Amino acid sequence: MSTTTSTAPAVGRDDLARLAEHWAEPRSLRSWFTTVDHKRIGRRYLVTAAFFFVLAGLSALVMRTQLARPESGVVSPQEYNQLFTMHGTAMIFLFATPMLFGFGNFLVPLMIGSRDMAFPRLNAFGYWVFLFAGLFMWASLPFGAAPNNGWFAYAPLNQVQHNPGLHMDVYALGLLFLGISTTSGAINFIVTALKLRAPGMSLNRVPLFVWAIVATAFMVIFALPALNADNAMLFFDRRFGTHFFDPSGGGNVLLWQHLFWIFGHPDVYIIVLPALGIVSAVLPAFTRRGVVAYSLIVLSIVAIAIISFGVWVHHMFATGLPQLSYSFFSAASTVITIPSGIQIFAWLATMLLGRLVSRVPLLFVIGFIVTFVLGGFTGAMFALTAFDQQVTDSYFVVAHFHYVLIGGAVFPMLAGIYYWLPKITGRMYHEGLGRWAFWLAFTGMHVTFFPMHLTGLFGMPRRVYTYRSEPGWDGWNLVSTVGSYLLALGLLLVLVGVVHAVRRGRPAPADPWEGDSLEWSTASPPEPYNFPVIPRVRSLHPTWDARTAESTTTGATADRVLSDGRRTLFTSELDARTERAVAMPEPSYKPLVLAGALLVFFTAMLLAAYPIAVVAVLVVAATIAAWLWPPRRPDEELGVAS
Amino acid sequence: MKTTAETTSRPAWRQRRPRSVLPLLYGLLLLAGCSGGSPSALNPAGTGAARVSGLWWLLFWISVAVFAEVMALLAWALVFRRGAARVRHGQPLRFVTIAGAGLPFIILVAVYGVGLRDLAALGASPGRDALTVEVTGHKWWWEVRYAGASGATANEIHIPVGERVRVRLRTDDVLHSFWVPQLMPKTDLIAGETRETWLEARRDGSYRGQCAEYCGTQHAHMAFLVVAEPRADFDAWLARLDAPARAPRTEAERRGQQTFAQGTCAACHTVRGTGVQGRVGPDLSNVGSRWSIGAGAVPNDAGHLGGWIANSQTVKPGNAMPPQPVDAARLPDLITYLRSLE
Repeated sequence: MSTTTSTAPAVGRDDLARLAEHWAEPRSLRSWFTTVDHKRIGRRYLVTAAFFFVLAGLSALVMRTQLARPESGVVSPQEYNQLFTMHGTAMIFLFATPMLFGFGNFLVPLMIGSRDMAFPRLNAFGYWVFLFAGLFMWASLPFGAAPNNGWFAYAPLNQVQHNPGLHMDVYALGLLFLGISTTSGAINFIVTALKLRAPGMSLNRVPLFVWAIVATAFMVIFALPALNADNAMLFFDRRFGTHFFDPSGGGNVLLWQHLFWIFGHPDVYIIVLPALGIVSAVLPAFTRRGVVAYSLIVLSIVAIAIISFGVWVHHMFATGLPQLSYSFFSAASTVITIPSGIQIFAWLATMLLGRLVSRVPLLFVIGFIVTFVLGGFTGAMFALTAFDQQVTDSYFVVAHFHYVLIGGAVFPMLAGIYYWLPKITGRMYHEGLGRWAFWLAFTGMHVTFFPMHLTGLFGMPRRVYTYRSEPGWDGWNLVSTVGSYLLALGLLLVLVGVVHAVRRGRPAPADPWEGDSLEWSTASPPEPYNFPVIPRVRSLHPTWDARTAESTTTGATADRVLSDGRRTLFTSELDARTERAVAMPEPSYKPLVLAGALLVFFTAMLLAAYPIAVVAVLVVAATIAAWLWPPRRPDEELGVAS
Repeated sequence: MKTTAETTSRPAWRQRRPRSVLPLLYGLLLLAGCSGGSPSALNPAGTGAARVSGLWWLLFWISVAVFAEVMALLAWALVFRRGAARVRHGQPLRFVTIAGAGLPFIILVAVYGVGLRDLAALGASPGRDALTVEVTGHKWWWEVRYAGASGATANEIHIPVGERVRVRLRTDDVLHSFWVPQLMPKTDLIAGETRETWLEARRDGSYRGQCAEYCGTQHAHMAFLVVAEPRADFDAWLARLDAPARAPRTEAERRGQQTFAQGTCAACHTVRGTGVQGRVGPDLSNVGSRWSIGAGAVPNDAGHLGGWIANSQTVKPGNAMPPQPVDAARLPDLITYLRSLE
């Protein structure tokens, strides 16, 4: 079935030379700041998110060290409360979503046969905003001014009378700032996937990973406004004396919770869906067949994206809302497990029918299934109000969401890192090192988090900086701490493996796994223009399909070479019929300048330097005007390429 | 489940045990279901917690069964499909639909029904003439009052065993959550609103509770104790809560009372019947009989009490009580006086 595709194209040398000339970005400092290449931006997302992951992970290690024994004094309560808040906030906002956006940025154009994202400059802008917002939030920690209210920052503890200092201003402004990046990224994914697919890639031939990214992007667009509204009101309450969340002034503290979880529960799936997409993308190469039940999986993805907006109150089952509403949200939360069940059994069926190739990415997929299924069980338990009221806000829920998020997001990401490392870096990883990393991370994960189910059931609340010795608490906490060091060691080996591959790895062929999707028909790493010839897609598994391969060699046509300029193809949304060629923008400083001006604005707001904030707003407006200024020679692509 | 909750009013941690050298083995024993004296939801002593414990074991065994199914399929694939000679290209949609959606749906509907029954049971009102306890959350302690008693106590709730007692929950500042794992699941305390729950202990004993909603710096030290006792003992206890505090009987106690009334203590604390009526901190009229100091921060004995008065910030950093400028010569009498208030 698999046809190893050679990248030797039937395009002429002049075409290749022209493509290289139009798309090349010289390795200079200038190009480092101005690049709009989705592969470089994607790599930066991955590296930056990994950096924030390390910071948040180190915070967790300090916390576990503090909790190893009862009444220890490794950190003060104030420090501990900042650490657990930054751990949660950074893992959710600065690691999970940006990491998956990094995969999406690198892979979506390659998987759909495009030469870049729809809005390359917006893409660059999104990265710079993410980087600046992440640094903005972490920079508060050395000053002892980091957010300290838990990642969901409940009112009224987030109000200035209960929580003076800059802590929660950093939180509100940091997340508003970051939201700009997430929103622009989501819009970019949707337009890219709908308009830039290679001709012939009708909706029923779109890779499952791309489906997952697009569903996620729609969820971001509908969920994020609730969080932004929450944080804007929080900042007004704190800084300008409004009373949105202050009951003594007529405000309502539960308003914060409703808005937060209307964002927050979809956000769980915003993190998990693309990760499940990675699983669907990795499996074909290691089972030597397509994933079973493609259309059922697509339906599941769409169903999760929709139902996830109707379950938020299960985070509020202990707040004393009416029982009737609880029974509705309990039902919705129960039902949402079914689309995940369908996907799990589709993957199991794929493995039961295929031929398993036992390599590191497959190990992480297996680790994912074991862990995510366990997290799913406890998730279904939380759907039942009576049980939720007993174990919510205890260590049981800490165990649950780490099973879901490490099992359901981190393990797939690690599978993805090993799987696509050859494509991203052009180098192969060391298999033995990867296996050690898997077994350490897998064992460490379960040794750390399984005992938390028990400490939670034994009555230990979460978010406590210390505890008095209780039977059943001390021993299991020590076990968790030991496990967390194992997990950290495993993740360190992943890092060592990546560095080793980049420095010493043997060069990777274009298609080391005989994968099924289009990224494996490009060079490793891909040329700046991705595809010398944009393929004409003939099936769901284009790289395994001789006719698709032929369309880039003997069947290449000039309308898919497009070597006279920086251009890619525009196709129709449903059937991907060729519409026209569009020009793509050149590298530019504007994204960096705009993001920098926004950083100045948010920093000035934080420090109450309002005149500087006004100047920053003027710079933002001027940059946007310059960015959007119509080109002197209006052409047919106006309004398409940013 | 073995029921081994201690029946003294002293929680396990007050009896300092030598630290176990084999915490792992100890933990494994606990996993076997013998959760000793811990405030374990799996060792219920109350009607509400017993119901949820039953629900948990139902969910647990269903999970074990489904997990075994998934692991068996995974193991099958790993054993028989690794390097298999032939890839099969079927699309077993019926298998995916039945195993992934059909069976889970049937199980989930059944479990949802059981869950609704338990939700209704937990939400049932305790009845109009039930005893009512008024609990107010403060950063970081619990104020406890009873309808029909003038006095207040802190971080300790006494209830008659075998009766359903209404608990009315308010907060003075931020959100807190009222949780007694062995008796009743959580109910949050919502700023600006009143919430209600109930407690019903099926046997005598002391049950540890703790704030379960993050409430700031000292969220970790916001525990309380529910003491379930026979009706006669409870009535006697409540009668003392309605009466003036015990008057000083010795010279030392009298000197201590003077220090208390004339010093900074009186600005924040109340002792019934003495004219000292501060309202900021906990009522101290029965402080000598309570299970702990600082809402579970330290045991209630003379040494810890002295340390707390001198500088509670070293014990519970961030709490509202500043270090007290009490003359070292007067401190012993003050401690004697406070410990006499039973």
